[in-house]
Amino acid sequence: MSAEDAVMEEQRVLASDWGGGKSPVGTSWGKLMMWLFLMSDALTFAGLLVGYGVMRMSAGRWPYQYNIFNINAVVGPMTFILICSSVTMAAAVAAARMNDHRKVRLFLGLTILGGLMFLSMQAYEWSHFIGEGARLTTNPWGVPMFSTTFFVITGFHGSHVTSGVIYLLVVAGKEGRRRYSAETIEIAGLYWHFVDLVWVFIFTLLYLI
Amino acid sequence: MADAHDKAHEGGYKVYVVTWFWLLVLTVLEIGVVLTRIPRLVMVLCLISLALLKAVLIAAYFMHLRFERISLAYIVTTPLILATILFFALVPDATRVLGIR
Repeated sequence: MSAEDAVMEEQRVLASDWGGGKSPVGTSWGKLMMWLFLMSDALTFAGLLVGYGVMRMSAGRWPYQYNIFNINAVVGPMTFILICSSVTMAAAVAAARMNDHRKVRLFLGLTILGGLMFLSMQAYEWSHFIGEGARLTTNPWGVPMFSTTFFVITGFHGSHVTSGVIYLLVVAGKEGRRRYSAETIEIAGLYWHFVDLVWVFIFTLLYLI
Repeated sequence: MADAHDKAHEGGYKVYVVTWFWLLVLTVLEIGVVLTRIPRLVMVLCLISLALLKAVLIAAYFMHLRFERISLAYIVTTPLILATILFFALVPDATRVLGIR
């Protein structure tokens, strides 16, 4: 490479997004770190869901979920509540951008309420399922992996909703005393929407397919 | 892009309500697909497409990916791509175990 080419190459790199002095994804570090955390969390869920798919394929037969879970009266409404809590979370972010802190607290409160409703319905569903004889390693439907994958995956997701409720309670509590920037609310929202996004796949793969 | 970004900042709640409405429609469609007696493969493909559509709506509008740089969107779709590769890599194993049973 001639000296001239080397200079050209250096200039090309410096002018590119990776030349330093620029943020290639154009977000603040806080938001980027939340995205990175969510990606690693998504990989964990991906591992669980792929494991579920492989176990289900190798099991050959699988109980018909519609006969076991109350999808119309419990799981469907749980999905509805989670979607509603996502929209109130998005509204909290929008309110924070408009500097309307009273509305931020209102929408955060509604989101927390949605999360708590989801959790109580999940607790009801679990106790109903356990009442019918389902355990982590055995169940009356003859496919042990059916209840194993159900408890592990919905349990892991439920613990995420619980963490989300705690996270939002802390944000809402502090928001009451000092004004948070819209971005802090938005980062908390990213986590909450992710929990909703994962539920989309759990609802489809575990309950419907 | 900058205009879209500003719009998302000032636009208020409308975009979220519209997203919420479509998410509900897609959820009702999903339950509807299960209740109709269509061939299983068609049903599975429909359900996965509807789930992906819902995921895209949530990521694009609720998580504002639509208003971020495209590079961030590329980065965050990697788990989905890796999960798909992992699943298809393990399918031969699953069918083999099924054959042994």
